[in-house]
Amino acid sequence: MTRLDENNNEIDLECRDLRRTFGNFVAVDNVSFGVPKGDFFSILGPSGCGKTTILRMMAGFLEPTSGDIIIKGKSMLNVPPNKRPVNMVFQHLALFPMMSVAENIAYGLVRQGMNKSDTATKVKSALERIGLPGSGDKSIKQLSGGQQQRIAIARCLVLEPAALLLDEPLGALDLKLREHMKVELKKMQNQFGTTFIYITHDQSEALVMSNHVAVMNEGRFEQIGTPQELYYHPDTSFVAGFVGDSNRWHGKVDAIDGSVIRVSTSDGISLLSVPAGGEKLVVGDEVDIFVRPESIIIAHDEARAQEMDNRLSGNVVSVLFNGANSRALVRESKTGGELDVALPQTGEFSGLSAGQQVFLGWGKQQSKAFASVNSPTNKGHGG
Amino acid sequence: MNTQTASRLGLILLLAPLLVWLTALLILPHVDMLLISLRERVAPQVYERSFANYTEFFIEPLYWRTFARTAIMSISATAITLLIAFPVSYYIAKMLRGRSKSFLFLLCLVPFWVSELVRTFGWMILLRESGVVSNVLQWAGLVDGPVEMLYNDAAIMVGLVYTSMLFMVVPLVSILDSLDDSLVEAGYDLGGNGFTVMRTIIIPHAMPGIVSGCIVVFMLTLGNYLTPILLGGKSSMWFTAQIYTQFITRFNWELGAAFGFLLLALSTIIVWTGLKLSRQTLSETMG
Ligand SMILES: Nc1ncnc2c1ncn2[C@@H]1O[C@H](COP(=O)(O)OP(=O)(O)OP(=O)(O)O)[C@@H](O)[C@H]1O
Ligand SMILES: [Mg+2]
Repeated sequence: MTRLDENNNEIDLECRDLRRTFGNFVAVDNVSFGVPKGDFFSILGPSGCGKTTILRMMAGFLEPTSGDIIIKGKSMLNVPPNKRPVNMVFQHLALFPMMSVAENIAYGLVRQGMNKSDTATKVKSALERIGLPGSGDKSIKQLSGGQQQRIAIARCLVLEPAALLLDEPLGALDLKLREHMKVELKKMQNQFGTTFIYITHDQSEALVMSNHVAVMNEGRFEQIGTPQELYYHPDTSFVAGFVGDSNRWHGKVDAIDGSVIRVSTSDGISLLSVPAGGEKLVVGDEVDIFVRPESIIIAHDEARAQEMDNRLSGNVVSVLFNGANSRALVRESKTGGELDVALPQTGEFSGLSAGQQVFLGWGKQQSKAFASVNSPTNKGHGG
Repeated sequence: MNTQTASRLGLILLLAPLLVWLTALLILPHVDMLLISLRERVAPQVYERSFANYTEFFIEPLYWRTFARTAIMSISATAITLLIAFPVSYYIAKMLRGRSKSFLFLLCLVPFWVSELVRTFGWMILLRESGVVSNVLQWAGLVDGPVEMLYNDAAIMVGLVYTSMLFMVVPLVSILDSLDDSLVEAGYDLGGNGFTVMRTIIIPHAMPGIVSGCIVVFMLTLGNYLTPILLGGKSSMWFTAQIYTQFITRFNWELGAAFGFLLLALSTIIVWTGLKLSRQTLSETMG
């Protein structure tokens, strides 16, 4: 029986109530998700949240404590790794250094019992598809980091797996190559049409490449959605804080007017917000408010920010110039709190410098309030 | 005096003891031995340069048979040591973690805290006619009378393998330790089974360790004297015993020296062949 997702795509790979404990420690806590065929699905979460544990259970290197993994409609429990129709790209690639490039790519084909000439043709065409024709006789050490990356992926893709599992494959690369490989990986996935399950703690990797992203925290999935959904409509304060940058306040609900709430923050300002977490908020509830740097309007004169629901003024502490992604750090005049504000690309603020007074404003829809969960992992990540 | 000459002088001074040691203890005796092996006594105190000692080795069957037997036994002992040490090392290096790992590794070292002589006597106590094994077998009713398990090839082999084990386990554990677990997992992930992963990934990775362990064990076994003599008795027919006889009993230094050089040549040839067969280089295995 094949299952379909909401868009009638065939579900290729599914985890049901997957759970894994190490002693008393719950590394993966009842995680359920389905990945449609051909999807680029990312699992995004901070270090130690259990991402690798999920992936290793799918690959067959770890037994789940409970729950089920279904690939192509078949349960994978008690199926050894070498019999599963998924392949894994390891964090440090795990290319075989004692073999040539061609032997590495042929490894799985030979294990399947494919004959010599077919193997050679397949290896040759794989090398062409990843843009490394004629590199078959090279040794692994002769290749650059990015080339090794492509070999590691090609080695799995020639086996035409139901899904490719990638465990932070870009983690070992330097920044520049990483940016390049993001585009490259996405291209490769399109070209081969294979389902990718991609693990990362880098939100920009997940947002740029994926069709769907699951945000994971402490063994559980906080939210599954498209990158846009996660960015614009986070379900939990963890997601709001982890995906993208945010300015963040902690406060108490003062008044509720329909779908709008007034919050007085702990540093003494009053902000209009909308509840975003789906919880029912009442007056007196503790909440966290998140505002994206790019939702904040910055102006030299007070009139421009006047029509906004939330208004603040302050002085520029520093300008963080980064081309199109330039930001200003502004110290709010009443409370002394610092805000991260994106600078518009109109050139109006190209002369902005430290010490200047600016006026800030944003709409109530742009400030999202979540009922406060007082756990330490909910801190940080804000702008 | 400028710094360059000063540092060069320092280097020479540092190397001097090593050079003296090498010359005095290695090169000089060997050159002397070579000269002794190349002379023939024609009359008391009168010597002539000749290859007679080397020809004698090939003429007398006892000599070259002992020689061949020693080589074959040493190769077998090396192979058996490898076959036992590999799974042990794999278990220590890959299956165990932390405490139990160092404990087991230490356990392999413990026998080497006593001298080879004592260890070999230990085996004699176990294997002799009135020894532990014989008594246990009689007590269990498996045999009627006392059994002598010493003075045969099996006893020699047991002793040699036991003595050599550590020198195989140490390089194997260290090379298997350096094998990234994810390579093994990748092997399985790509469809390999236990056997193919062993053959295509683990053994090729461990090859330098296997070869260096084998070289050390082979050399030690070939040049071993105590173990074959004590456990094999008169029937041991070990080539080192032959050399001993020539030097000490027969007082024929010329023939003894020739035998010594033949043994040196033999071990060099076998090690070289082994390296060639396993496609390793000496610098790679020892480095
Ligand atoms: N074999 C194990 N025994 C005990 N605890 C383990 C084991 N493997 C993982 N853990 C624990 O499970 C948790 C999740 O580990 P996991 O490797 O899945 O994290 P991760 O999300 O991949 O982190 P990272 O981004 O750092 O790789 C960690 O706290 C880790 O300490
Ligand atoms: Mg991990």
